Amino acid sequence: MHTSVPLLASAPDQLLPARELMAFTLASHIILVPLGVALPLITLVMHYRGLRHKDATALLLARRWSAVMAVQFAVGVVTGTVLSFEFGLLWPGLMGRWGDVFGIGFGVEAWAFFLEAVLIAIYLYGWRRLKPRTHFLLGLPLPAAALLGAFGILAANSWMNTPQGFSLDPAGNPTDVNIWKAIFTPMFGPQYWHFVVAMLLTAGYMVAGVYAVGRLRGRRDRYHRLGFTVPFTVAAVATPVQFVLGDAIARSVFHKQPVKFAAMEIVWKTDTRVPEYLFGRLHSDGSISGGIKVPLLDSVLAGFSPNTKVVGLTSVPADRRPTAVQATIAHWAFDIMVLIGSALVLLALWYGLVWLRHRRLPESTWFYRSAACAGLGSVVAVECGWIATEVGRQPWIVYQNMRVSEAVTATRSSTLWIMLSLVIVVYLFLFGSLLAVLLKLRTRWRLADAERGSGPSADPPESAGPYGPRATVRAGDGGAAPPSQGGRP
Amino acid sequence: MTADLMAGVLLLAIAAYTCAGGTDYGAGFWDLTAGGTERGKRPRWLIDHAMAPVWEVNNVWLIFVFVIMWTGFPPLFQAVFSAMWLPLALAAVGLVLRGAGFAFRKVVRRVAGRRLYGAVFAVASLVTPFFLGAAVGGVASGRVRLGTEASADAWSNPTSIVFGLLAVAATAFLGAVFLAADARRFDAPDLIGYFRRRGLLSLTVLVVLGVITLFVTGEDAPHVRHGLTHGAGLAFGIAAGAASFAAAWLLIRRPGGWARASAAAAIACAVIAWGLAQRPYLLPTSMTVAEGAGASTTLTWLAFVTLVALVVVVPAVVLLYWLDTRGDLEELTEADLRRGGDPRGGGEAGTT
Repeated sequence: MHTSVPLLASAPDQLLPARELMAFTLASHIILVPLGVALPLITLVMHYRGLRHKDATALLLARRWSAVMAVQFAVGVVTGTVLSFEFGLLWPGLMGRWGDVFGIGFGVEAWAFFLEAVLIAIYLYGWRRLKPRTHFLLGLPLPAAALLGAFGILAANSWMNTPQGFSLDPAGNPTDVNIWKAIFTPMFGPQYWHFVVAMLLTAGYMVAGVYAVGRLRGRRDRYHRLGFTVPFTVAAVATPVQFVLGDAIARSVFHKQPVKFAAMEIVWKTDTRVPEYLFGRLHSDGSISGGIKVPLLDSVLAGFSPNTKVVGLTSVPADRRPTAVQATIAHWAFDIMVLIGSALVLLALWYGLVWLRHRRLPESTWFYRSAACAGLGSVVAVECGWIATEVGRQPWIVYQNMRVSEAVTATRSSTLWIMLSLVIVVYLFLFGSLLAVLLKLRTRWRLADAERGSGPSADPPESAGPYGPRATVRAGDGGAAPPSQGGRP
Repeated sequence: MTADLMAGVLLLAIAAYTCAGGTDYGAGFWDLTAGGTERGKRPRWLIDHAMAPVWEVNNVWLIFVFVIMWTGFPPLFQAVFSAMWLPLALAAVGLVLRGAGFAFRKVVRRVAGRRLYGAVFAVASLVTPFFLGAAVGGVASGRVRLGTEASADAWSNPTSIVFGLLAVAATAFLGAVFLAADARRFDAPDLIGYFRRRGLLSLTVLVVLGVITLFVTGEDAPHVRHGLTHGAGLAFGIAAGAASFAAAWLLIRRPGGWARASAAAAIACAVIAWGLAQRPYLLPTSMTVAEGAGASTTLTWLAFVTLVALVVVVPAVVLLYWLDTRGDLEELTEADLRRGGDPRGGGEAGTT
């Protein structure tokens, strides 16, 4: 192995823009991930229902969701490719020194992703010509491919949190790589399951939220009821599970990354009988202003007893732990995530209780208002969870082995700032277009539904997506013929 | 040993990306040159329809290339991305704009919007392969070493520029051949001739550029030039030439599957010739395959992962292309093709 480019004893100028650029692109990409990982599963559930009960409405919904899935996957491919460029453009030191230790997860991810791209293309285009059964069966491996992709990415990220599977030579470079240990690191299990369930419930609430809004506006037909019930049920089942998993991962952080835990809970000195702060702000002298203080709770949550000793930030030198500002950011992100998670548990309970007692959907307008917000709320929770993970790890890019400042590119900070502004503009364009496309799809589907049964039949649902059949350009020399029904539903 | 194997796999992945992604970029190139709204309507229609089901799959190859680079040859990845900062950053921006432009163009119905997205897609299709090619040229000419900092010289030198132009010409050639075959598949005889002419034209440009490359590399990249004119590099170079003439002949006679295959083979052979000409270096003449290789266990696992990928992905890709060519993924029926416009808004037929 080589030695890394000799640079950067202290924080270099380019660190801030590089960080901001990575943070911005990742935060944007993460919005698309729930739909990429979990929407195929939800769509297939709906598709199965449609086939099983010969339910045209369910099939129509599945078909339309598959168009949404494809639009977001197209954008996700693009933003994901940008991230793999950025590993090299922003963090060459990380990839150069550790690439062979933790990169294999990305290898798994790459081919899972490849498989997903192929299967999505087949699933999206298969509606018209493939036999319904064949088509469904070809879509069936999609969730597995998505889970596999998540496996690769989470293996890499959890390795950065709890790196292992190598030893260091005298020059500080990794040798004796053990791939198996490098993939299955202590944080892998907790992070993976927490992530998968988070994606499932986020996608569920996002999709259900659309139909909750429809109901609030007075659309109470079967189409809207079904579109709400299936994804909401999936999410509602996942929510309590997530609560338990979230508790488990917090405790894993407490054991495996005590300093990060201290940052997330703004614990300054190692002590027992530590109070829990809800929000509040940590200052660099260790004092905390604002927030709600609950005595003893942090110790109880960490180890089920007030006498549990919680490691504080001051247990390590200042340059080996997050700063007071970073700790406050991680803490707030963590608290917001927990708060949203708890609210979602209440919402799921509400739904579950009404269903158990009356075997119907809740009637309350407030329920649907909350459900409409749940999608947005869970996206915020996903962002917060990611912020807590990444900011809480500072200043390490590889926990206790490499600082972010050692990994950063040597490119001038001015170049990086320009690139950041360029990327922001491009991403605004990208996500603005994505939103416009989704809204346009909605409008066209609504029009199609309005025309159903009256005049000529509507376009097949995918016709408005970036994939499906379009009739915008006269292809042959023939005149206008009536449009076909669009194949079997 | 494993390192050499994985270097070979890396080269094949690059060749696969050049062919699959290149076809895709080529379609964008012809979109750019298709002319005004009215004149370019039919070629653009074909480009949209031919690309749609497979364009994402085509571009996932690039991620494979990166993963093999950083997992199998981390110092190579670090050196290339440090030295080639600007071209690679611009290529990344180009990729975003291209994907967005292509995906969104179809949904927009107003002329101005379609023009905007179409222009974004087409220009990005030109810029991205140029910068990727320029980066490869910088590597081939030995300007990238471990520790080289980003500088204009690394990518704005004679070799980089010819490699960039070669990349653009190759994508144009691939795009035209594939589109000519698609024109036959979609039963649009006028477009067969249209893309046949463009295919032959770009092949001519490609050949001229190839000759120029030999002269330029003689001075600027002597190691690669030597590799291209001797042994295995020469053999693949000759194979590339033979395959491109076969492609031209098939293109004139009957553009179809075989013309596509020989065009792809020509470009793949050219990429492989370049890779073999670099032997034994990853970065001529400062980093050999052995020096750039990561930990041996990792390489073994990477080989294993690649094997699994082959077993899983190849059948899937074959299925996709098979369904696609069989017409099972056909988005338009004959009736759709004949119809003039949307049932609700007849005006939409002419908005492009």
